[in-house]
Amino acid sequence: MSQTHLSGQVSIVGAATAGIGWETGNSVSEIMAEAVLSALDEAGLSVRDVDGVFAVTPYYWMPSATLADQLGIQPKVTDSTNIGGASVVAHVGHAVRAIVSGQCEVAVIAYASTQRSDGGKLVTGADILPFERPYGALFPISGYAMLMQRHMYEHGTTREQLAQVAVSASQWASLNPDALKPEAISVADVLASPLISDPLRKLDICLVTNGGGAIVLTSRDRAKKLRKPAISVLGTGESHSHCYVSNMRSYTATAGVESGRAAYEMAGLGPKDMDVVQIYDAFTIMVLLGLEDLGFCAKGEGGRMVDRGIGPGSKLPVNTSGGGLRYCHPGMFGIFLLVEAVRQLRNECGKRQVENTRRALVHGFGGVVAGNATVILGRDG
Amino acid sequence: MSEKTPSRPLPETRNAGEKFWKAAAEGSLLVPKCTACARTFWHPRPRCPHCGSNRVDWIKGSGGGTVHTFTVVRQSGDPFFKTRVPYAVAMVELDEGPRMMTNVVDCPVDSVKIGMRVEVVFEAAGENLAIPMFRPAGSAK
Repeated sequence: MSQTHLSGQVSIVGAATAGIGWETGNSVSEIMAEAVLSALDEAGLSVRDVDGVFAVTPYYWMPSATLADQLGIQPKVTDSTNIGGASVVAHVGHAVRAIVSGQCEVAVIAYASTQRSDGGKLVTGADILPFERPYGALFPISGYAMLMQRHMYEHGTTREQLAQVAVSASQWASLNPDALKPEAISVADVLASPLISDPLRKLDICLVTNGGGAIVLTSRDRAKKLRKPAISVLGTGESHSHCYVSNMRSYTATAGVESGRAAYEMAGLGPKDMDVVQIYDAFTIMVLLGLEDLGFCAKGEGGRMVDRGIGPGSKLPVNTSGGGLRYCHPGMFGIFLLVEAVRQLRNECGKRQVENTRRALVHGFGGVVAGNATVILGRDG
Repeated sequence: MSEKTPSRPLPETRNAGEKFWKAAAEGSLLVPKCTACARTFWHPRPRCPHCGSNRVDWIKGSGGGTVHTFTVVRQSGDPFFKTRVPYAVAMVELDEGPRMMTNVVDCPVDSVKIGMRVEVVFEAAGENLAIPMFRPAGSAK
């Protein structure tokens, strides 16, 4: 059934991050709550207005309930859907439907992790398929390495093109005062960084940091009365094509094709209408897969598209915060993609602001490109 | 008193994999095949992922396959695998159709290539257990 009637009915009215850094004295639920309260404060709303709670994090059994406990909320809608790093992007679609149907009025979506302080490596609840256990694939690194290898083989993608994704991220990060790795890197730096799982090198891989974020959504009508310019949710889509690497039907394409198509159809827009793009970049190859599967270029052309430029001043600015590669990466990165898209649309990004941004696309990946969720946002005028 | 040597993480041998692992211990690679839709699949499970039928049976695989994609793991935090780096992890497309995750062994890791023909070889792992791996085709000594 067509989803076009949902387009623009719900707005994002608050967006905030909390606790981004290498050290923290706070728990994950405290960081989530802090992000939610900051996002509500932006909107001029209070925690008493919230009747929809959406959250995900590897830290808790029932993340939305943990967050609600922290805030003292008994919600009418609760959702802890976990499709990895795409989760909170998928939550946007769920929240839109809950608000339009009248199930709730004000929804918050939140994520946080303190993985940097808890051992300095990815904290994840991911399970490995028992049949994969004896072979020593690094999760999720080796899965992405195998995607990269196959993309290079099938499409002639070069190591330099993949390195350029990290270089572009570093250029954006140098313009972001909140980025944890703001120093510029070169293609040569990426190619000289240690091999972890061929052909994937250290600088192809995201940071491991602490941090959290939240957004607040409400109906278009209510949004008009609030403090910040409302950012409309124009399109949403979600899918997953597999859970385990062994079950991937393709090692060069993702269910971003389907989640993207759903989002474009709901919005009545296409890739050419997007002014800025945020694609989850835990690994450099993800940006190529995202650009291709979301229709910004043909399959296999991702490397050449990166050659043409995705950094500051380029025709298609991608990952303007510096992304998971250079801004921050407390695990499942979706919330930071959403917050950055909102800030770009509100013209709040200072030196990294992309001029005349009216439409933004956010794409989250989860697991080894298993979970996929796409959101298209826009501002009026 | 000898220091305990870390051992390879072992698969779950109960449930859908029981027959597979029993055959592997005897040096044979079984492939699940649905008798309702006649399609093969990986990994073993009680119902066919193509058609949903529970009429799942096994065929004896030829043991031949082709490397579909791979990676060479250079670092690992795992107590066993860190003693094995570098090693090749691959998705091997079996001649019967499905792709399975495995290791490519008995060759320099830098010689592993996509499209390379490989054949199954079993590595003993604990009592009554053998792990199917693959080596370059025709490399039997």
